Amino acid sequence: MSTVLLIEQLLNGVQFGLMLFLMAAGLTLIFGVMGIINLAHGSLYMVGAFAAAGVAAATGSFTLALIASLAAAAAAGALVELTVIRRLYARDHLDQVLATFALILIFSEGTRWVFGSFPLFLDVPAALAGPVTLPGGIQYPLYRLFIIVAGLVVAAGLFLLISRTRIGIRIRAGEADREMIAALGVDISRLYTLVFALGAALAGLAGALVGAIQSVQVGMGEPVLILAFVVIVIGGIGSIRGAFVGALLVGLTDTLGRFLLPVIFRAFMDPSAATSAGSALASMLIYILMAAVLVARPTGLFGKA
Amino acid sequence: MKREPLLNAAILLGLLLVPLWALWADAPFTITLATKVAILALAGVGLNIALGLGGLVSLGHATFFGIGGYAMGILASHAQSFVPLTEVPFLIEGTKSMPVIWLVAVVFSALAALAIGALSLRTSGVYFIMITLAFGQMFYYFAISWPAYGGEDGLSIYVRNGFPGLNTLDPIQFFAICYAILALVLFLAARLAASPFGLALGAARQNDERVQTVGMDSFRLRLVAFTISGAVTGLAGALFADLNRFVSPTMFSWQMSGEFIIFIILGGIGRLYGPVVGAALFIILEHFLGGLSDYWHIYLGAILLAVVLFARGGLIGALAGREVAHD
Repeated sequence: MSTVLLIEQLLNGVQFGLMLFLMAAGLTLIFGVMGIINLAHGSLYMVGAFAAAGVAAATGSFTLALIASLAAAAAAGALVELTVIRRLYARDHLDQVLATFALILIFSEGTRWVFGSFPLFLDVPAALAGPVTLPGGIQYPLYRLFIIVAGLVVAAGLFLLISRTRIGIRIRAGEADREMIAALGVDISRLYTLVFALGAALAGLAGALVGAIQSVQVGMGEPVLILAFVVIVIGGIGSIRGAFVGALLVGLTDTLGRFLLPVIFRAFMDPSAATSAGSALASMLIYILMAAVLVARPTGLFGKA
Repeated sequence: MKREPLLNAAILLGLLLVPLWALWADAPFTITLATKVAILALAGVGLNIALGLGGLVSLGHATFFGIGGYAMGILASHAQSFVPLTEVPFLIEGTKSMPVIWLVAVVFSALAALAIGALSLRTSGVYFIMITLAFGQMFYYFAISWPAYGGEDGLSIYVRNGFPGLNTLDPIQFFAICYAILALVLFLAARLAASPFGLALGAARQNDERVQTVGMDSFRLRLVAFTISGAVTGLAGALFADLNRFVSPTMFSWQMSGEFIIFIILGGIGRLYGPVVGAALFIILEHFLGGLSDYWHIYLGAILLAVVLFARGGLIGALAGREVAHD
């Protein structure tokens, strides 16, 4: 095993973590501000990926595809908020789970109806294709590096939005005391729609960015959604910083676990058994991490006690 | 006040009469559908002990369903290949006997529920939902990546397991087994709900602080409920695997967990027989809507959304009135 390979896996872990952050940030914002658990967040990820694949196929422009993913997911998010989520604010979590589960069924089958069951492919744009040489002579795919940079830029933008702008102040105020900011004259229902659309747009962007390295297909969102839940449990609900740290932890643990565990097991097992035992344990690693965090801090690393 | 017990009796009778009619009309597929309803209803009744009685919204009950399924798959596959499970520290052989498989399924799913419950009940509300979902996914991925028992492809069992004195390959006899278990579990669940334990659990759902103030440990109440709930769903998993003579990681999937909750909500939450009605409705919808359109999940989603938003009592709530409405 070489250091080069290890650094490559580290970067892959960071890239995976940043994409999880885009999902988890939206989920945690939506929960923090509106108290809604949104299972359909994975569907918005899928909507973003499909919109990007469709627009890229029609226009050939990756930039337009990314814009389309943001716009389509934000629009779908706003629509869902206005028609369904709005009725769920006063309901218990069970009703929220069921209604958003119903939305998953509708989104998934609707997409299958429109686009068919076969996966679509979103090509990496020519300008971002091919490897790039990093300092130290490490070859790394340029597109994955682009995703890392894009993820960091969006994360920084989100921090600035929340901490420095008027909308950010309102969002934070909404998290702290809903009734009070409504009493102070903020149009709370518009704020809710806005936050929901913002979270949706982040999910849609993640879907489009990841869609270019994986295939774009129905059901692509839910595994990512569940990982985003793990991220939120680890980071602490309602905390963007927690989502960021949790996402990187999960991304790195998962990627490095899959890479290192079979290697470690090979030291004291025969190779084929080591590969299967290693990969089986690696698939459980992030959940074990989650369990460990739960034992130590049931409210997550950055959650309010 | 008297309508719900009458309705419950009608439900149980209906589930018995349909396959008997099918037997007379020589429609074995309908018997199989009824068996599926009975088994899925059993899984729902299991979940309802945690969800309806304890207020614990578990989105990971497929874990126990899957463990029950794999208990059957692993034991039967070893019996069918005549290879013992292990020879150290002592010989454990596979088995084709249903009662033994049920026992193993119940014990292991209860143990898993105890462990998952001990961790996830440290939290509540939305955390609990996300954590149970995540642990379910853990088992799903483990089942996929562990190659010894088929991995992603699952395990096929060629001949249905046996029950002393019955021919389980005959659809109506296998239905009778599943129906008897469902009826027994419904009886026990009713006794449980009316027992001091059930009352304390319901009280902990309604007002945790008061329950703790009178000196009861609500964490332990919930953990016991979650364990019983997992064990019942595990038993249903073993039966489901036997119905299909096949187990695969899909039994662990989060969609499965979601479907169990759908049974409860379609039938009516907080109703003992809710999952029975819900599972029956679900299978009927699957059968008829699935015949009308390949995209029947859209309609299922729309129906579910309508029930959640506008008809919160479910079907039993609509028929029996709201006197024991969910709080």
